[in-house]
Amino acid sequence: MSEWTFIAFLFVISFALPAIPIIAGRVLGPRKPNTIKTDTYECGLETVGDTWVQFKVQYYIFALVFLVFDVEVVFLFPWAVAYNQLPLFGVIAGIVFIVTLAEALIYAWRKGDLEWL
Amino acid sequence: MELPPIVTTILAILTDVFTGINDLLMTLWVDTLGLSEQLAMSINTFIGAFALANFVLLNLILTIWFERKVSARVQDRFGPNRVGPWGILQTVADLGKLLTKEIIIPTNADIVPFFLAPLIGVLSVITIWAVVPFTPTAIGADLSVGALYFVAVSSLGLTAILMAGWSSNNKYSVLGAFRAVAMLVSYEVPLFLGLMIPVMLTGTMSMQAIVDSQLIAYFFVMPVAGLIFWTAMIAEVGRQPFDVLEAESEIVAGYNIEYSGFAFAIFYAAEWAHGFTICALMAVLYFAGWRGPFVETIPTLGIVYLGVKVLVIYFIQVWARFTVPRLRLDHIMNLCWKFLVPVMLVLLVVTIVIDKAAAALIPNYLAYLNPDLPYFQRLTGMLPRAGVLLFINVIVGAGALLAVSRQGRAERERIEALRLAEIEPAGPMAPIETGAD
Repeated sequence: MSEWTFIAFLFVISFALPAIPIIAGRVLGPRKPNTIKTDTYECGLETVGDTWVQFKVQYYIFALVFLVFDVEVVFLFPWAVAYNQLPLFGVIAGIVFIVTLAEALIYAWRKGDLEWL
Repeated sequence: MELPPIVTTILAILTDVFTGINDLLMTLWVDTLGLSEQLAMSINTFIGAFALANFVLLNLILTIWFERKVSARVQDRFGPNRVGPWGILQTVADLGKLLTKEIIIPTNADIVPFFLAPLIGVLSVITIWAVVPFTPTAIGADLSVGALYFVAVSSLGLTAILMAGWSSNNKYSVLGAFRAVAMLVSYEVPLFLGLMIPVMLTGTMSMQAIVDSQLIAYFFVMPVAGLIFWTAMIAEVGRQPFDVLEAESEIVAGYNIEYSGFAFAIFYAAEWAHGFTICALMAVLYFAGWRGPFVETIPTLGIVYLGVKVLVIYFIQVWARFTVPRLRLDHIMNLCWKFLVPVMLVLLVVTIVIDKAAAALIPNYLAYLNPDLPYFQRLTGMLPRAGVLLFINVIVGAGALLAVSRQGRAERERIEALRLAEIEPAGPMAPIETGAD
Protein backbone atom coordinates (compact mmCIF):
# COMPACT_ATOMS: atom_id res chain seq x y z
CA MET A 1 0.00 0.00 0.00
CA SER A 2 2.78 2.42 0.90
CA GLU A 3 4.20 1.84 -2.60
CA TRP A 4 1.11 3.33 -4.22
CA THR A 5 1.11 6.19 -1.69
CA PHE A 6 4.62 6.96 -2.91
CA ILE A 7 3.43 6.94 -6.54
CA ALA A 8 0.52 9.25 -5.67
CA PHE A 9 2.83 11.69 -3.88
CA LEU A 10 5.31 11.54 -6.76
CA PHE A 11 2.59 12.32 -9.32
CA VAL A 12 1.41 15.35 -7.37
CA ILE A 13 4.93 16.64 -6.70
CA SER A 14 6.23 16.14 -10.23
CA PHE A 15 3.17 17.96 -11.55
CA ALA A 16 3.61 20.87 -9.14
CA LEU A 17 7.40 21.25 -9.36
CA PRO A 18 7.58 22.44 -12.99
CA ALA A 19 4.45 24.56 -12.54
CA ILE A 20 6.20 26.76 -9.96
CA PRO A 21 8.94 28.11 -12.30
CA ILE A 22 6.43 28.64 -15.12
CA ILE A 23 4.31 30.79 -12.82
CA ALA A 24 7.48 32.49 -11.54
CA GLY A 25 8.47 33.15 -15.13
CA ARG A 26 5.10 34.77 -15.80
CA VAL A 27 5.58 36.99 -12.74
CA LEU A 28 9.27 37.85 -13.17
CA GLY A 29 9.43 38.11 -16.93
CA PRO A 30 8.16 41.07 -18.94
CA ARG A 31 4.64 40.88 -20.38
CA LYS A 32 4.27 43.16 -23.40
CA PRO A 33 2.30 41.28 -26.05
CA ASN A 34 1.49 42.89 -29.37
CA THR A 35 -0.19 41.52 -32.48
CA ILE A 36 3.05 40.84 -34.34
CA LYS A 37 4.74 39.15 -31.40
CA THR A 38 1.86 36.85 -30.56
CA ASP A 39 1.24 35.91 -34.17
CA THR A 40 1.84 32.31 -35.24
CA TYR A 41 5.54 31.94 -35.95
CA GLU A 42 6.13 30.19 -39.24
CA CYS A 43 9.53 31.59 -40.24
CA GLY A 44 8.14 35.07 -40.77
CA LEU A 45 5.56 34.15 -43.39
CA GLU A 46 1.91 34.74 -42.71
CA THR A 47 0.09 31.55 -41.90
CA VAL A 48 -2.15 30.25 -44.67
CA GLY A 49 -5.30 28.24 -44.11
CA ASP A 50 -6.40 26.19 -41.15
CA THR A 51 -3.83 24.27 -39.09
CA TRP A 52 -6.29 21.95 -37.41
CA VAL A 53 -7.01 19.81 -40.46
CA GLN A 54 -7.69 16.14 -41.00
CA PHE A 55 -4.68 13.96 -41.67
CA LYS A 56 -4.17 11.35 -44.40
CA VAL A 57 -5.59 7.89 -43.72
CA GLN A 58 -2.22 6.16 -44.24
CA TYR A 59 -1.21 7.64 -40.95
CA TYR A 60 -3.93 5.87 -39.01
CA ILE A 61 -3.03 2.45 -40.41
CA PHE A 62 0.18 2.68 -38.44
CA ALA A 63 -1.93 3.35 -35.39
CA LEU A 64 -3.99 0.24 -36.12
CA VAL A 65 -0.90 -1.95 -36.52
CA PHE A 66 0.47 -0.46 -33.33
CA LEU A 67 -2.79 -1.23 -31.56
CA VAL A 68 -2.43 -4.91 -32.41
CA PHE A 69 0.95 -4.97 -30.71
CA ASP A 70 -0.15 -2.79 -27.83
CA VAL A 71 -2.94 -5.18 -26.92
CA GLU A 72 -0.41 -7.98 -27.24
CA VAL A 73 1.56 -6.47 -24.37
CA VAL A 74 -1.40 -6.73 -22.07
CA PHE A 75 -1.64 -10.44 -22.83
CA LEU A 76 2.05 -11.29 -23.13
CA PHE A 77 3.35 -9.62 -19.98
CA PRO A 78 1.36 -11.83 -17.56
CA TRP A 79 2.40 -14.79 -19.68
CA ALA A 80 6.06 -13.69 -19.44
CA VAL A 81 5.80 -13.45 -15.66
CA ALA A 82 4.63 -17.07 -15.49
CA TYR A 83 7.09 -18.19 -18.17
CA ASN A 84 9.61 -19.97 -15.91
CA GLN A 85 6.93 -22.21 -14.40
CA LEU A 86 4.92 -22.82 -17.58
CA PRO A 87 4.14 -26.39 -18.63
CA LEU A 88 4.52 -27.45 -22.27
CA PHE A 89 0.95 -26.51 -23.15
CA GLY A 90 1.40 -22.95 -21.90
CA VAL A 91 4.60 -22.55 -23.91
CA ILE A 92 2.95 -23.77 -27.12
CA ALA A 93 0.00 -21.45 -26.53
CA GLY A 94 2.40 -18.54 -26.13
CA ILE A 95 4.25 -19.41 -29.32
CA VAL A 96 0.99 -19.69 -31.26
CA PHE A 97 0.02 -16.26 -29.96
CA ILE A 98 3.33 -14.68 -31.01
CA VAL A 99 3.21 -16.37 -34.43
CA THR A 100 -0.31 -15.01 -34.95
CA LEU A 101 1.06 -11.55 -34.20
CA ALA A 102 3.91 -12.05 -36.64
CA GLU A 103 1.34 -13.12 -39.22
CA ALA A 104 -0.53 -9.83 -38.72
CA LEU A 105 2.73 -7.96 -39.24
CA ILE A 106 3.53 -9.91 -42.41
CA TYR A 107 0.01 -9.28 -43.72
CA ALA A 108 0.35 -5.53 -43.18
CA TRP A 109 3.79 -5.62 -44.76
CA ARG A 110 2.64 -7.49 -47.87
CA LYS A 111 -0.34 -5.16 -48.24
CA GLY A 112 2.13 -2.27 -48.35
CA ASP A 113 0.69 -0.61 -45.26
CA LEU A 114 4.10 -0.18 -43.66
CA GLU A 115 5.28 2.19 -46.41
CA TRP A 116 5.53 5.76 -45.16
CA LEU A 117 4.20 8.01 -47.90
CA MET B 1 39.26 -2.26 19.16
CA GLU B 2 36.02 -0.94 20.56
CA LEU B 3 34.57 1.94 18.58
CA PRO B 4 32.56 4.61 20.37
CA PRO B 5 28.77 4.09 19.92
CA ILE B 6 28.27 7.25 17.86
CA VAL B 7 30.80 6.02 15.28
CA THR B 8 29.15 2.60 14.99
CA THR B 9 25.76 4.26 14.55
CA ILE B 10 27.08 6.50 11.78
CA LEU B 11 28.77 3.54 10.11
CA ALA B 12 25.55 1.54 10.30
CA ILE B 13 23.70 4.40 8.62
CA LEU B 14 26.39 4.79 5.97
CA THR B 15 26.39 1.10 5.00
CA ASP B 16 22.70 1.33 4.14
CA VAL B 17 22.13 5.00 3.62
CA PHE B 18 18.44 5.17 2.59
CA THR B 19 17.15 2.74 5.20
CA GLY B 20 19.35 4.47 7.77
CA ILE B 21 17.89 7.89 7.05
CA ASN B 22 14.39 6.42 7.01
CA ASP B 23 14.88 4.82 10.45
CA LEU B 24 16.46 7.99 11.81
CA LEU B 25 13.51 10.10 10.66
CA MET B 26 11.05 7.54 12.02
CA THR B 27 12.70 7.78 15.46
CA LEU B 28 12.54 11.55 15.19
CA TRP B 29 8.84 11.65 14.29
CA VAL B 30 7.61 8.89 16.59
CA ASP B 31 9.82 9.12 19.68
CA THR B 32 10.73 12.80 19.81
CA LEU B 33 7.65 14.47 18.32
CA GLY B 34 5.16 11.79 19.39
CA LEU B 35 3.43 11.35 16.03
CA SER B 36 1.54 8.16 15.18
CA GLU B 37 3.32 5.40 13.26
CA GLN B 38 0.99 5.76 10.26
CA LEU B 39 1.51 9.51 9.95
CA ALA B 40 5.27 9.18 10.37
CA MET B 41 5.41 6.68 7.53
CA SER B 42 3.36 8.95 5.30
CA ILE B 43 5.69 11.85 6.05
CA ASN B 44 8.69 9.72 5.16
CA THR B 45 7.04 8.60 1.92
CA PHE B 46 6.37 12.25 1.06
CA ILE B 47 9.95 13.25 1.81
CA GLY B 48 11.19 10.37 -0.31
CA ALA B 49 9.00 11.36 -3.27
CA PHE B 50 10.00 15.02 -2.91
CA ALA B 51 13.70 14.15 -2.75
CA LEU B 52 13.42 11.87 -5.78
CA ALA B 53 11.62 14.47 -7.92
CA ASN B 54 14.14 17.12 -6.94
CA PHE B 55 17.03 14.75 -7.63
CA VAL B 56 15.77 14.19 -11.18
CA LEU B 57 15.45 17.91 -11.87
CA LEU B 58 18.62 19.11 -10.10
CA ASN B 59 20.60 16.33 -11.73
CA LEU B 60 19.87 18.12 -14.99
CA ILE B 61 22.27 20.90 -14.07
CA LEU B 62 25.10 18.38 -14.24
CA THR B 63 23.86 16.26 -17.15
CA ILE B 64 23.22 19.25 -19.42
CA TRP B 65 26.70 20.55 -18.64
CA PHE B 66 28.14 17.06 -19.27
CA GLU B 67 26.33 16.73 -22.57
CA ARG B 68 27.41 20.18 -23.78
CA LYS B 69 30.99 19.50 -22.75
CA VAL B 70 31.09 16.11 -24.50
CA SER B 71 29.44 17.53 -27.61
CA ALA B 72 32.02 20.32 -27.66
CA ARG B 73 34.86 17.84 -27.45
CA VAL B 74 33.34 15.71 -30.22
CA GLN B 75 33.14 18.81 -32.42
CA ASP B 76 36.62 20.04 -31.43
CA ARG B 77 35.42 23.02 -29.35
CA PHE B 78 35.84 24.00 -25.69
CA GLY B 79 32.20 24.12 -24.67
CA PRO B 80 30.99 26.13 -21.66
CA ASN B 81 34.04 27.25 -19.64
CA ARG B 82 33.23 30.67 -18.16
CA VAL B 83 30.63 30.30 -15.38
CA GLY B 84 32.06 28.47 -12.39
CA PRO B 85 34.87 25.91 -12.52
CA TRP B 86 34.99 24.26 -15.98
CA GLY B 87 31.76 26.08 -16.82
CA ILE B 88 29.81 23.79 -14.49
CA LEU B 89 27.36 26.53 -13.47
CA GLN B 90 26.47 27.45 -17.06
CA THR B 91 23.08 25.71 -16.75
CA VAL B 92 22.24 27.70 -13.63
CA ALA B 93 23.03 30.93 -15.47
CA ASP B 94 20.87 29.80 -18.40
CA LEU B 95 17.98 29.04 -16.08
CA GLY B 96 18.31 32.46 -14.49
CA LYS B 97 18.19 34.08 -17.91
CA LEU B 98 15.18 32.04 -19.03
CA LEU B 99 13.32 32.96 -15.85
CA THR B 100 13.38 36.63 -16.80
CA LYS B 101 12.21 36.09 -20.37
CA GLU B 102 8.67 36.70 -21.52
CA ILE B 103 6.42 33.69 -21.96
CA ILE B 104 4.66 34.51 -25.23
CA ILE B 105 1.19 33.04 -25.68
CA PRO B 106 0.30 32.85 -29.39
CA THR B 107 -3.05 34.42 -30.33
CA ASN B 108 -4.48 31.27 -31.83
CA ALA B 109 -3.21 28.82 -29.23
CA ASP B 110 -5.45 26.71 -27.04
CA ILE B 111 -4.18 27.89 -23.68
CA VAL B 112 -5.09 25.03 -21.33
CA PRO B 113 -3.34 22.20 -23.23
CA PHE B 114 -0.63 24.69 -24.20
CA PHE B 115 0.47 25.05 -20.57
CA LEU B 116 -0.50 21.54 -19.49
CA ALA B 117 1.81 19.92 -22.05
CA PRO B 118 5.19 20.80 -20.48
CA LEU B 119 3.93 19.79 -17.05
CA ILE B 120 2.83 16.38 -18.30
CA GLY B 121 6.10 16.02 -20.18
CA VAL B 122 8.08 16.42 -16.95
CA LEU B 123 5.61 14.28 -15.02
CA SER B 124 6.06 11.39 -17.42
CA VAL B 125 9.81 11.45 -16.87
CA ILE B 126 10.00 11.94 -13.10
CA THR B 127 7.45 9.24 -12.35
CA ILE B 128 9.54 6.64 -14.20
CA TRP B 129 12.15 7.03 -11.45
CA ALA B 130 9.75 5.53 -8.92
CA VAL B 131 10.66 2.06 -10.18
CA VAL B 132 14.42 2.58 -10.57
CA PRO B 133 16.19 0.62 -7.80
CA PHE B 134 19.15 2.51 -6.34
CA THR B 135 20.46 -0.07 -3.85
CA PRO B 136 19.28 -3.55 -2.78
CA THR B 137 17.14 -1.89 -0.12
CA ALA B 138 16.22 1.44 -1.71
CA ILE B 139 13.66 1.86 -4.47
CA GLY B 140 10.95 4.49 -4.76
CA ALA B 141 8.16 1.96 -5.00
CA ASP B 142 8.92 -1.73 -5.51
CA LEU B 143 5.75 -2.37 -7.47
CA SER B 144 4.89 -5.94 -8.43
CA VAL B 145 4.00 -4.49 -11.85
CA GLY B 146 7.10 -2.28 -12.16
CA ALA B 147 7.82 -2.98 -15.83
CA LEU B 148 4.20 -2.42 -16.83
CA TYR B 149 4.15 0.80 -14.80
CA PHE B 150 7.15 2.04 -16.77
CA VAL B 151 5.36 1.31 -20.06
CA ALA B 152 2.23 3.08 -18.87
CA VAL B 153 3.98 6.17 -17.55
CA SER B 154 6.34 6.64 -20.47
CA SER B 155 3.38 6.70 -22.85
CA LEU B 156 2.27 9.91 -21.13
CA GLY B 157 5.20 11.75 -22.72
CA LEU B 158 3.65 11.12 -26.11
CA THR B 159 0.45 12.79 -24.97
CA ALA B 160 2.45 15.83 -23.90
CA ILE B 161 4.07 16.14 -27.34
CA LEU B 162 0.75 15.77 -29.14
CA MET B 163 -0.90 18.32 -26.84
CA ALA B 164 1.91 20.82 -27.38
CA GLY B 165 1.94 20.40 -31.15
CA TRP B 166 -1.80 20.59 -31.59
CA SER B 167 -2.52 23.41 -29.15
CA SER B 168 0.21 25.68 -30.59
CA ASN B 169 -1.84 26.02 -33.78
CA ASN B 170 1.29 26.20 -35.88
CA LYS B 171 1.90 24.13 -39.02
CA TYR B 172 5.42 23.16 -38.00
CA SER B 173 4.27 22.16 -34.53
CA VAL B 174 1.52 19.97 -35.92
CA LEU B 175 3.93 18.34 -38.35
CA GLY B 176 6.38 17.71 -35.54
CA ALA B 177 3.67 16.28 -33.32
CA PHE B 178 2.38 13.98 -36.05
CA ARG B 179 5.88 12.73 -36.82
CA ALA B 180 6.47 12.23 -33.13
CA VAL B 181 3.30 10.23 -32.62
CA ALA B 182 3.97 7.99 -35.63
CA MET B 183 7.56 7.38 -34.64
CA LEU B 184 7.17 6.98 -30.89
CA VAL B 185 4.14 4.76 -31.24
CA SER B 186 6.02 2.52 -33.65
CA TYR B 187 9.09 2.27 -31.48
CA GLU B 188 7.04 1.31 -28.47
CA VAL B 189 6.59 -2.13 -30.05
CA PRO B 190 10.29 -3.19 -30.01
CA LEU B 191 10.55 -1.43 -26.66
CA PHE B 192 7.81 -3.61 -25.17
CA LEU B 193 9.31 -6.76 -26.66
CA GLY B 194 12.76 -5.81 -25.38
CA LEU B 195 11.31 -5.10 -21.95
CA MET B 196 9.62 -8.50 -22.00
CA ILE B 197 12.95 -10.36 -22.15
CA PRO B 198 14.13 -9.44 -18.61
CA VAL B 199 10.60 -9.97 -17.31
CA MET B 200 10.46 -13.39 -18.95
CA LEU B 201 13.88 -14.53 -17.74
CA THR B 202 13.27 -13.31 -14.20
CA GLY B 203 9.64 -14.34 -13.94
CA THR B 204 8.47 -11.13 -12.29
CA MET B 205 7.79 -7.52 -13.22
CA SER B 206 9.33 -6.13 -10.03
CA MET B 207 12.41 -4.07 -10.95
CA GLN B 208 14.18 -4.98 -7.70
CA ALA B 209 13.85 -8.71 -8.48
CA ILE B 210 14.96 -8.15 -12.09
CA VAL B 211 18.19 -6.55 -10.87
CA ASP B 212 18.63 -9.19 -8.18
CA SER B 213 18.45 -12.06 -10.68
CA GLN B 214 21.10 -10.54 -12.98
CA LEU B 215 24.08 -12.45 -11.62
CA ILE B 216 25.38 -12.03 -15.15
CA ALA B 217 24.04 -8.83 -16.69
CA TYR B 218 21.33 -9.56 -19.26
CA PHE B 219 23.19 -7.56 -21.88
CA PHE B 220 25.90 -10.22 -21.94
CA VAL B 221 23.26 -12.94 -21.99
CA MET B 222 20.90 -11.45 -24.57
CA PRO B 223 23.00 -8.87 -26.50
CA VAL B 224 20.68 -8.72 -29.51
CA ALA B 225 17.65 -8.03 -27.35
CA GLY B 226 19.66 -5.47 -25.40
CA LEU B 227 20.73 -3.58 -28.52
CA ILE B 228 17.22 -3.56 -29.96
CA PHE B 229 15.83 -2.33 -26.65
CA TRP B 230 18.48 0.39 -26.52
CA THR B 231 17.71 1.54 -30.09
CA ALA B 232 14.01 1.68 -29.29
CA MET B 233 14.74 3.64 -26.11
CA ILE B 234 16.79 6.27 -27.97
CA ALA B 235 13.96 6.59 -30.49
CA GLU B 236 11.47 6.97 -27.62
CA VAL B 237 13.42 9.99 -26.40
CA GLY B 238 13.63 11.36 -29.94
CA ARG B 239 17.36 12.00 -29.93
CA GLN B 240 19.73 11.85 -32.85
CA PRO B 241 19.71 9.89 -35.09
CA PHE B 242 15.93 9.73 -34.43
CA ASP B 243 15.25 13.43 -33.93
CA VAL B 244 12.88 14.01 -36.85
CA LEU B 245 10.24 15.30 -34.43
CA GLU B 246 12.21 18.49 -33.89
CA ALA B 247 14.52 18.55 -36.88
CA GLU B 248 15.65 22.19 -36.94
CA SER B 249 16.50 22.28 -40.61
CA GLU B 250 13.12 20.85 -41.69
CA ILE B 251 10.41 21.96 -39.29
CA VAL B 252 12.24 24.61 -37.23
CA ALA B 253 11.82 23.08 -33.78
CA GLY B 254 8.85 20.80 -34.17
CA TYR B 255 6.30 20.62 -31.39
CA ASN B 256 7.90 23.21 -29.08
CA ILE B 257 8.33 26.02 -31.63
CA GLU B 258 5.77 28.36 -30.00
CA TYR B 259 7.15 27.95 -26.48
CA SER B 260 9.36 30.61 -24.96
CA GLY B 261 10.84 31.52 -21.60
CA PHE B 262 10.44 28.99 -18.85
CA ALA B 263 7.65 27.09 -20.59
CA PHE B 264 10.26 26.17 -23.18
CA ALA B 265 12.82 25.43 -20.45
CA ILE B 266 10.46 22.90 -18.91
CA PHE B 267 10.12 21.09 -22.23
CA TYR B 268 13.86 21.17 -22.60
CA ALA B 269 14.24 19.82 -19.07
CA ALA B 270 11.79 17.01 -19.76
CA GLU B 271 13.67 15.95 -22.87
CA TRP B 272 17.07 16.06 -21.20
CA ALA B 273 15.84 14.25 -18.10
CA HIS B 274 14.26 11.61 -20.32
CA GLY B 275 17.62 11.11 -22.02
CA PHE B 276 19.21 10.43 -18.66
CA THR B 277 16.31 8.30 -17.43
CA ILE B 278 16.53 5.83 -20.29
CA CYS B 279 20.21 5.34 -19.44
CA ALA B 280 19.19 4.50 -15.88
CA LEU B 281 16.58 2.04 -17.16
CA MET B 282 19.06 0.46 -19.54
CA ALA B 283 21.49 0.06 -16.63
CA VAL B 284 18.77 -1.48 -14.49
CA LEU B 285 17.22 -3.82 -17.05
CA TYR B 286 20.26 -4.96 -19.04
CA PHE B 287 23.38 -3.99 -17.05
CA ALA B 288 22.38 -5.33 -13.63
CA GLY B 289 21.71 -1.96 -11.94
CA TRP B 290 23.25 -1.91 -8.45
CA ARG B 291 24.93 -5.32 -8.81
CA GLY B 292 28.64 -5.32 -8.09
CA PRO B 293 31.17 -6.70 -5.60
CA PHE B 294 30.26 -6.53 -1.87
CA VAL B 295 26.91 -4.91 -2.55
CA GLU B 296 25.07 -7.51 -0.43
CA THR B 297 26.96 -6.53 2.73
CA ILE B 298 27.24 -2.77 2.04
CA PRO B 299 24.06 -1.74 0.16
CA THR B 300 25.24 1.87 -0.24
CA LEU B 301 27.81 0.71 -2.80
CA GLY B 302 24.83 0.00 -5.08
CA ILE B 303 24.44 3.73 -5.79
CA VAL B 304 28.08 3.91 -6.88
CA TYR B 305 27.78 0.94 -9.23
CA LEU B 306 24.50 2.17 -10.67
CA GLY B 307 25.95 5.69 -11.07
CA VAL B 308 29.03 4.45 -12.92
CA LYS B 309 26.98 2.26 -15.25
CA VAL B 310 24.50 5.06 -15.97
CA LEU B 311 27.30 7.53 -16.69
CA VAL B 312 29.06 5.18 -19.11
CA ILE B 313 25.79 4.48 -20.94
CA TYR B 314 24.97 8.18 -20.96
CA PHE B 315 28.36 8.99 -22.43
CA ILE B 316 27.77 6.45 -25.21
CA GLN B 317 24.36 7.98 -25.89
CA VAL B 318 25.79 11.51 -26.13
CA TRP B 319 28.62 10.26 -28.30
CA ALA B 320 26.14 8.63 -30.69
CA ARG B 321 24.04 11.77 -30.61
CA PHE B 322 26.81 13.96 -31.98
CA THR B 323 28.33 11.53 -34.46
CA VAL B 324 25.39 9.79 -36.18
CA PRO B 325 23.51 11.89 -38.73
CA ARG B 326 19.71 12.16 -38.70
CA LEU B 327 17.72 9.44 -40.47
CA ARG B 328 14.84 10.16 -42.79
CA LEU B 329 11.40 9.48 -41.32
CA ASP B 330 10.51 6.65 -43.71
CA HIS B 331 13.88 5.01 -43.04
CA ILE B 332 13.18 5.23 -39.33
CA MET B 333 9.79 3.60 -39.77
CA ASN B 334 11.29 0.87 -41.95
CA LEU B 335 14.01 0.20 -39.41
CA CYS B 336 11.38 -0.31 -36.75
CA TRP B 337 8.70 -2.33 -38.54
CA LYS B 338 10.83 -4.25 -41.01
CA PHE B 339 13.92 -4.96 -38.97
CA LEU B 340 13.64 -4.50 -35.20
CA VAL B 341 10.16 -5.97 -34.72
CA PRO B 342 10.65 -9.09 -36.92
CA VAL B 343 14.09 -9.79 -35.42
CA MET B 344 12.66 -9.39 -31.94
CA LEU B 345 9.73 -11.73 -32.66
CA VAL B 346 12.04 -14.38 -34.14
CA LEU B 347 14.39 -14.03 -31.19
CA LEU B 348 11.49 -14.37 -28.78
CA VAL B 349 10.15 -17.56 -30.35
CA VAL B 350 13.60 -19.18 -30.73
CA THR B 351 14.47 -18.25 -27.14
CA ILE B 352 11.27 -19.74 -25.80
CA VAL B 353 11.73 -23.02 -27.66
CA ILE B 354 15.42 -23.58 -26.90
CA ASP B 355 15.31 -22.20 -23.36
CA LYS B 356 12.42 -24.51 -22.44
CA ALA B 357 14.17 -27.48 -24.05
CA ALA B 358 17.33 -26.68 -22.08
CA ALA B 359 15.32 -26.33 -18.89
CA ALA B 360 13.96 -29.84 -19.43
CA LEU B 361 17.41 -31.32 -20.18
CA ILE B 362 19.77 -29.53 -17.76
CA PRO B 363 19.18 -30.13 -14.02
CA ASN B 364 18.87 -27.13 -11.68
CA TYR B 365 18.52 -24.84 -14.69
CA LEU B 366 16.45 -22.21 -12.86
CA ALA B 367 17.76 -22.75 -9.34
CA TYR B 368 19.80 -19.53 -9.46
CA LEU B 369 16.62 -17.44 -9.30
CA ASN B 370 16.24 -18.34 -5.61
CA PRO B 371 17.55 -15.25 -3.71
CA ASP B 372 18.28 -17.27 -0.53
CA LEU B 373 21.20 -19.18 -2.05
CA PRO B 374 24.78 -17.91 -1.53
CA TYR B 375 26.14 -15.58 -4.19
CA PHE B 376 28.68 -17.86 -5.89
CA GLN B 377 26.29 -20.78 -6.05
CA ARG B 378 23.81 -18.52 -7.87
CA LEU B 379 26.51 -17.19 -10.19
CA THR B 380 27.67 -20.64 -11.26
CA GLY B 381 24.05 -21.79 -11.39
CA MET B 382 23.28 -19.12 -14.00
CA LEU B 383 26.14 -20.10 -16.33
CA PRO B 384 24.34 -22.89 -18.28
CA ARG B 385 21.36 -20.66 -19.02
CA ALA B 386 23.61 -17.73 -19.95
CA GLY B 387 25.53 -19.94 -22.35
CA VAL B 388 22.40 -21.26 -24.04
CA LEU B 389 20.85 -17.80 -24.41
CA LEU B 390 24.08 -16.22 -25.66
CA PHE B 391 24.36 -18.95 -28.29
CA ILE B 392 20.79 -18.24 -29.47
CA ASN B 393 21.52 -14.52 -29.62
CA VAL B 394 24.68 -14.91 -31.65
CA ILE B 395 22.89 -17.15 -34.16
CA VAL B 396 19.83 -14.89 -34.49
CA GLY B 397 21.93 -11.73 -34.62
CA ALA B 398 24.24 -13.13 -37.31
CA GLY B 399 21.24 -14.36 -39.31
CA ALA B 400 19.56 -10.94 -39.10
CA LEU B 401 22.70 -9.12 -40.23
CA LEU B 402 23.19 -11.55 -43.10
CA ALA B 403 19.59 -11.10 -44.26
CA VAL B 404 19.92 -7.32 -44.11
CA SER B 405 23.19 -7.21 -46.01
CA ARG B 406 21.77 -9.47 -48.73
CA GLN B 407 18.65 -7.33 -48.98
CA GLY B 408 20.79 -4.21 -49.11
CA ARG B 409 22.97 -5.57 -51.89
CA ALA B 410 19.94 -6.60 -53.96
CA GLU B 411 18.45 -3.13 -53.47
CA ARG B 412 21.68 -1.40 -54.50
CA GLU B 413 22.02 -3.56 -57.61
CA ARG B 414 18.43 -2.85 -58.59
CA ILE B 415 18.92 0.92 -58.25
CA GLU B 416 22.24 0.75 -60.07
CA ALA B 417 20.61 -1.12 -62.98
CA LEU B 418 17.82 1.47 -63.15
CA ARG B 419 20.34 4.30 -63.14
CA LEU B 420 22.45 2.74 -65.89
CA ALA B 421 19.38 2.15 -68.05
CA GLU B 422 18.33 5.79 -67.56
CA ILE B 423 21.63 7.57 -68.11
CA GLU B 424 23.22 5.48 -70.80
CA PRO B 425 20.50 4.13 -73.08
CA ALA B 426 22.92 3.80 -76.01
CA GLY B 427 25.52 1.75 -74.25
CA PRO B 428 28.88 2.90 -72.86
CA MET B 429 30.41 6.01 -74.39
CA ALA B 430 33.53 5.85 -76.55
CA PRO B 431 36.74 7.06 -74.88
CA ILE B 432 37.34 10.74 -75.53
CA GLU B 433 40.26 11.65 -77.75
CA THR B 434 42.51 14.07 -75.88
CA GLY B 435 44.90 14.88 -78.64
CA ALA B 436 48.67 14.58 -78.62
CA ASP B 437 50.58 15.04 -75.41
